[in-house]
Amino acid sequence: MSQEPNVAPYDSEPEDHSFTRRGFVKVALGGVCAAYGVAVAYPVYRYLNSPVEKAAAASKVREVKLPDADQLPKGSALMFKFGTAPALLIHHEDDTWVSMSAVCTHLGCTVEFQPAQSRIFCACHGGEYDARTGAVTGGPPPKALEVYTVTPMEGGMTITRS
Amino acid sequence: MANTYEYLDDRLGLSDLKALADKKTVPLHRGSYWYYWGGISLFCFIVQAVTGVLLLVYYRPGPEAYESVRQITNEIHFGWLIRSAHNWAANIFLFSTFVHMFSVFFMKAYRQPREFGWWSGIALLLLGMLFGFSGYLLPMDELAYFATKVGLEIPNAIPLIGPPIANLLRGGLEVSEFTVQRFFALHAVVLPALFLPLLMFHLYLVQRHGNALPVSEEAKPAAERKSIPFFPNFLAKDLAMWLITLNVIALMASLFPWQLGPPADLLKPAPLGIKPEWYFLSQFQTLKVIGQWIPGYAGEVFGMSLFTLGLVLWFLIPVFDTRSAKGNRARMATYFGIFVLTVLGLTTLWGYLAAA
Ligand code: FES
Repeated sequence: MSQEPNVAPYDSEPEDHSFTRRGFVKVALGGVCAAYGVAVAYPVYRYLNSPVEKAAAASKVREVKLPDADQLPKGSALMFKFGTAPALLIHHEDDTWVSMSAVCTHLGCTVEFQPAQSRIFCACHGGEYDARTGAVTGGPPPKALEVYTVTPMEGGMTITRS
Repeated sequence: MANTYEYLDDRLGLSDLKALADKKTVPLHRGSYWYYWGGISLFCFIVQAVTGVLLLVYYRPGPEAYESVRQITNEIHFGWLIRSAHNWAANIFLFSTFVHMFSVFFMKAYRQPREFGWWSGIALLLLGMLFGFSGYLLPMDELAYFATKVGLEIPNAIPLIGPPIANLLRGGLEVSEFTVQRFFALHAVVLPALFLPLLMFHLYLVQRHGNALPVSEEAKPAAERKSIPFFPNFLAKDLAMWLITLNVIALMASLFPWQLGPPADLLKPAPLGIKPEWYFLSQFQTLKVIGQWIPGYAGEVFGMSLFTLGLVLWFLIPVFDTRSAKGNRARMATYFGIFVLTVLGLTTLWGYLAAA
């Protein structure tokens, strides 16, 4: 194949009226490409987003029942999942019950109830919260932990949020 | 715009690429149609890579394999579609690769200087079949289980070293979760790692030597031969082919979604009429027939030796076919090709009818 190949023009339309036609073809082609792009991207997005949708539905939960929670000794706490996020149920020494979110309002670490100091502590950046009201008592957290309502039920506790 | 182009051109040498693309032409003749099949295979491979990565997001090899595929198929949005597209694209990949190989064969495009294109192409096809075999087990349903069980009898038939090899592939004496786990490693890591460089090599050779002309076309004087520019004309047609392929995959995947059978069960008997995928059917049927002549182990060994011999001959055709290497018509090679095609076709058909 050393010879110069003979190149036949594949599509030789006349040049005169081609401007508008070319413009139309361009727009149509762009439209088709965009349609294909969407037709491929939409299922892929929904596919990848599936667990997100599931979790979002689960996180809408307003009420959690904790059977056997009344056995929790005084001065200790229990971690449980409220929807998809961790939460705390604290049984104080004076027999009061408090429940609140266990997600630090600073950068989202999980907090810990420290009965000795009777406080809630976040190890990530030293955030501190009041163990009854959830109010910030020290460190970087910008706002209080969300507090839930605790209602005793037959053999356990029901936690609700508004 | 112009500045950006200059900036990039200075650093990346874009105009060299453009000059290369401008110079490239594709011959135009009666058989030009066959030039698209390699591109179709390439496109299917890209679809495989993309859908494969997507399946990887939810697939869990090992004991949970079946359950995770069930979730992909029934619970994840469009999971059935992605899985189905992965399956269909695999089948179309192998089909178009077969067509590509035979068109290359009959155009005698394996001739000097394109021998390495032929060899790398056959290696790619074999890897593609291994992809198919290893991927077929991953859902761990009943059919997958038996297909793998039977398939692993093939290495098992190699004298002496066969059984240890089969056991290694299986990760035990029976197909189990260990088999799925190692087939997964093969399917998603080892095979791609072998396939990709080989594919690059193959494409490099295509670029280096250009499209081959059939002997009949080469005999014509240069002035009578026609060709079209690669860029943009052939590329546009090639892309149109890709689009058609995409449509076919999407259509097949949605109209005939791939099913998931009942989970594999060691204690359940094989379902009636069980047969492998079409690309293994010819070998399957041949082994079955030989098994009736020469029963037992000897038949298997004989069959396997026959396949190996055929493959070696097929592989070495550029060495044997000295006639078309000199630009002469090589009837023998053509007859050999027709023979191979007929045998493959007939045994495949036979396999279908026998199973039905
Ligand atoms: S995340 Fe809790 S203090 Fe920063």
